[in-house]
Amino acid sequence: MSKATITLEVLRYRPEQEQEPTFQTYESEYREDWVVLDAINHIKDHIDGTLSYRWSCRMGICGSCGVMINGEPKLSCATFLRDYYPNPIRVEPLANFPIERDLVIVMDDFMEKLTSVKPWILREDEKPISEGEYRQTPAELAGYKQFSMCINCMLCYSACPVYALDPHFTGPAAIALAHRYNLDSRDQGRSWREEVLSTEEGIWACTYVGTCTVVCPVNVDPAGAIQQEKLSTTTEWFTDVLMPWKGR
Amino acid sequence: MRPFVRPVPTTWWLKRRVYFLFILRELTSVFIAVFLILFLVLLYQLSLGRAAYETYLDFLASPGMIAFAVVVLIAALYHTVTWFALLPNIVVIRIGEYRVPSILIVGANYVAWIAVSALIVVIIMRG
Repeated sequence: MSKATITLEVLRYRPEQEQEPTFQTYESEYREDWVVLDAINHIKDHIDGTLSYRWSCRMGICGSCGVMINGEPKLSCATFLRDYYPNPIRVEPLANFPIERDLVIVMDDFMEKLTSVKPWILREDEKPISEGEYRQTPAELAGYKQFSMCINCMLCYSACPVYALDPHFTGPAAIALAHRYNLDSRDQGRSWREEVLSTEEGIWACTYVGTCTVVCPVNVDPAGAIQQEKLSTTTEWFTDVLMPWKGR
Repeated sequence: MRPFVRPVPTTWWLKRRVYFLFILRELTSVFIAVFLILFLVLLYQLSLGRAAYETYLDFLASPGMIAFAVVVLIAALYHTVTWFALLPNIVVIRIGEYRVPSILIVGANYVAWIAVSALIVVIIMRG
């Protein structure tokens, strides 16, 4: 019995030989327990070694293998072929990012935005190591844990029409991570992050389309994070205006 | 390196159901804005005197304007219902590790909405 196969239409871009991307069709082996990444690896190993793409862990942790699958941003390691079989699957690089080669996108913009929100614990006063660690109760952990699950896969940027239309938008994942540290009881960096967040290119650019939350593979809810930041920034602004003696 | 930037089509909002529903939600604001302008004109006509005010009321009671009012009502209801559905993601109330469930937050807003609407109906009916 011949092996079952599935058709993959893969967007290819080889800047040294073509002006714009074109689709190339591959016939990959099909197995019921294979994900799209398995098929792409099969193509790379047995059909066309020139195909370029990013991947690493194969288990939805590293966030490297995000691609557009039939127009939806998904992790190729977590998308089963059987959900599409026997229809062909169209694989493209993540939308809203420049294409470097084939399925590889240029992610510099995201990396810069991620750094700009200082996603680490900021302290006004560092206590000496001899005083021990900054301790936290389970309730304090629960306050931000959901937003700490982000794997930086950038699917949310690909789903966001605001980012598509205005590339200056800080974007869902970076703001969600800023929110995660703002909520952390050990952190004191809210006012530093506010310089980036509370701007027209930060939280106020978001119109709450909500697709970032829909496509997030780890249920971070970036859209919720952005609106929560809007709410807390506004509340703080009113507090500052109405009760200036209170300080922060 | 010569990265390729893909253009964003002007029809992007037709590509996904979520995008389309979002545009629909934003569009409701236009209808509500027009309705509020009509209301401001009503106040202006009132300041001009009884005759002007009554002429304007007749205009608002014309079949076309009543049809428009119905469209505005549908738009306002759509906006309210979709907005209330999003609220639990924005208003997070925690009691220790426990997070107040969505249904209570949405429910409280519906109760407040109905109460305020009922109050307005009572005020109008009494007047």
